[in-house]
Amino acid sequence: MSDLLSTSAIWTMVVGILAGACCASVGCYLVLRRMSMLGDAISHSVLPGIAVAVLWSGEFGGWPSFVGALALGGLCTLLIELLHRQGGLSADSSMGVVFSGLFSLGVIIITREARRKHIDADCILFGLIEAVPLDTVPLAGMQIPRAVLTLGAVAILVTAVILLLWKEFKIVSFDAALASAMGLSASVVHYLLMTLVAIVAVACFEAVGSIVVVALFIVPPATAHLLTDRLGTMMALSIVVSAVAAVVGYILAAIFNTSVAGMIAVVCGMEFALAVILGPRHGILSKMYRQFSLSVRIAAEDYLGRLFREEEVLQGQRPAESVPTAPTAGVLIDRFARRYAKQAGWIAQQGESTVLTQPGRLRAEEVVQSHRLWQEFAGGNLSLPADHRHEAAHRLEHIISPALRDELAREIRSYDHGDDLPK
Amino acid sequence: MDYNTAIVLAGVSILGLTAGSVGSFLVLRKRALAGDALAHASLPGLVGAFLLFERRELFILLAGALVSGLIGIAVVAILSRYTRIKEDASIGIVLSVFFGLGIVLSRFVQNRTTAGSKAGLDSFLLGKTAGIIAQDVLFIAVVAGFTLALLLLMFKEFKVVTFDQGFARAQGWPTVPLDFCLLALVAVNVMIGLPAVGVVLVAALLILPASAARFWTDRLGHMVLLSAMFGGGIGIVGTLLSANVSGLPAGPVIVLSGTVLLLFSMLASPRRGLLAKSWRDFWWARSIEQRCLLQEIYEETERAGGSPPTKADVVHRATESWALSRLVRAGWVELQEGRVRLTSSGLVRGQEVVLGSRLWQAYLEEYPDQAGPLADLSMESIDGILPVELVTHLQRLVREQGRWPALSMGEPT
Repeated sequence: MSDLLSTSAIWTMVVGILAGACCASVGCYLVLRRMSMLGDAISHSVLPGIAVAVLWSGEFGGWPSFVGALALGGLCTLLIELLHRQGGLSADSSMGVVFSGLFSLGVIIITREARRKHIDADCILFGLIEAVPLDTVPLAGMQIPRAVLTLGAVAILVTAVILLLWKEFKIVSFDAALASAMGLSASVVHYLLMTLVAIVAVACFEAVGSIVVVALFIVPPATAHLLTDRLGTMMALSIVVSAVAAVVGYILAAIFNTSVAGMIAVVCGMEFALAVILGPRHGILSKMYRQFSLSVRIAAEDYLGRLFREEEVLQGQRPAESVPTAPTAGVLIDRFARRYAKQAGWIAQQGESTVLTQPGRLRAEEVVQSHRLWQEFAGGNLSLPADHRHEAAHRLEHIISPALRDELAREIRSYDHGDDLPK
Repeated sequence: MDYNTAIVLAGVSILGLTAGSVGSFLVLRKRALAGDALAHASLPGLVGAFLLFERRELFILLAGALVSGLIGIAVVAILSRYTRIKEDASIGIVLSVFFGLGIVLSRFVQNRTTAGSKAGLDSFLLGKTAGIIAQDVLFIAVVAGFTLALLLLMFKEFKVVTFDQGFARAQGWPTVPLDFCLLALVAVNVMIGLPAVGVVLVAALLILPASAARFWTDRLGHMVLLSAMFGGGIGIVGTLLSANVSGLPAGPVIVLSGTVLLLFSMLASPRRGLLAKSWRDFWWARSIEQRCLLQEIYEETERAGGSPPTKADVVHRATESWALSRLVRAGWVELQEGRVRLTSSGLVRGQEVVLGSRLWQAYLEEYPDQAGPLADLSMESIDGILPVELVTHLQRLVREQGRWPALSMGEPT
């Protein structure tokens, strides 16, 4: 494990973190604008650009491949748009067609020339982050990996563009129509964003390869999206998520002696799975808890309503058949509901039977009143037939505020059914 | 042609055939990228099966691939249904994370066992047709036969689910199982495509022939047939190219020939093609310009109390002067001493055009709120577009306003 603290290990993690930060911040816009697969398409499509540049300049990386990749990234965006708008293909088909075509072209160029130049399709698909510390340049007395410098520069560029155009990117991402109405050209912002995506994809390419770039573009922002509703927080969180993925991914890969890039993607996926399950507001568990407590509350209110109606029958105010006999909730929920009502102090045990306490009676009266108000409303204003009113009211009685109740009562008293209501 | 090439050709053409027919449904259902997610998600299963069983029979590897591919597509469905993650991001997440897992696992394979075992798995990334043997072709053929039989048997059901989910549900069809059935067919075909085309590009084999076929027909049956033929065709072309030219990997060549086919279809298809469309647009613009010019001449003449306007009055652009010479050739106007004069047939024709335009105008003035959905101002006449009573009403209106075109020409001076 000691080699986890070696210089090369640390440089590798730094590269992972930088790549993750670039991808994740730009990726937030991709995810929000529902263009995630465009990141995928661009990162596949840059291949022929890189291949041609490598053939021309004789080396992998550096300015020529950067320019070549950027050109192809732009071409890919344009072609997708063109095939969709002019050619009449559906948006997803045109994406699939363009990137697989360009990628194939790249693979063909590479395999044809692989024997002459040192270039390898594997390396482009998976990247070789482990090799990053080997390719260094001297700077300020230190041997700094070239990838760190490139990615550092790209990170600064991305940060600068995002900070400068924060407002513009935001408004176009959330409401493109409003942006256009305000005189902001949505298509200029769109192409700027796509240029940014292409730059980041190219820069991270060497480090993590074309498909794991996609993981960094989409998974951290999606994870952050499950945790927050604010763009700034989302971006910060997604950078954190990707940094964790870079570090943990490297460590796990070192332990199991496997691909770092692949492991980074896997860790991203695990973080995402955690957010899906445990997320505070949008997570599955919290959603289940909310639904459960809502059904307990509703069942408790139903229970109070039943007790209240039984009291009314005992006092001779109503015929006995107006009281529903069975609880509407399941056994488990009903048991929780009774406990909930007892803890709230709404009911008390009196010998064999359960009775309403004074606060419980007040609450029950509210529920029953709501029920009858909705029932009248369903008959009077919604013209539901008599045998359908109870069902509708039974659902709606739990969703009512005091203000709405007063308004309903006024509305209904105005057409003389008022005497049916509990006083 | 030697035996090996014949075997490979048979395999790839059967593969293209079924992929094309299944792909039609995928493309029409707008699920092109789901196929991509499926393909990428199959990698960990493929490698995992190898790690688990330590055997390299195609059947075992592809069974593993099928399982993880189906898990992947199920995760996409669950994510986009039960969380706030949209479908595009779900596809991207599944695609990249599963693929990452596949890479991690394949490195295990590499580290472990004897040399050469990785080479077999590597060929699944970008495909390697050369490795296909007779046994594999038999396997592909069985799967293909099953797929085609199912498509044929359930054609009606798949059709209704593909085109109108709501209608299908209302009719009582089990839409979810049917939909799943379609996706499973796609999955199976992705799997048998893996050895030839590879994980990264196999989805294109589903999308390309179907998208190309869509340009040539509007009928599902024809589209499926055509797409199957296209799929088989690009398979054969790609394999032959790759077999005869050294250094051309089969998968990418097949995809590129599919791309060329698609681009050709997009350009050349008679109804939906770009060339035909721009040809039609050109003629349409020409006829509209001609009509507008005739109307302008008529109205200028009308305004001047029957005396013909000068050429400069009505011709403002170069294209309009071309339109004018077309009108002259049609015998509707004649040029006399720099003045543009309607002939008697031109007068009749002009009257029709102007009347049509004024009726449309009256309609827009009278019912501005309905103009959006009903008015097709490119049509010359309201007859046949608006209801008959409305037409009579508008005609009366135009007559009452004194705007009924009733120009009579004076004798030529």
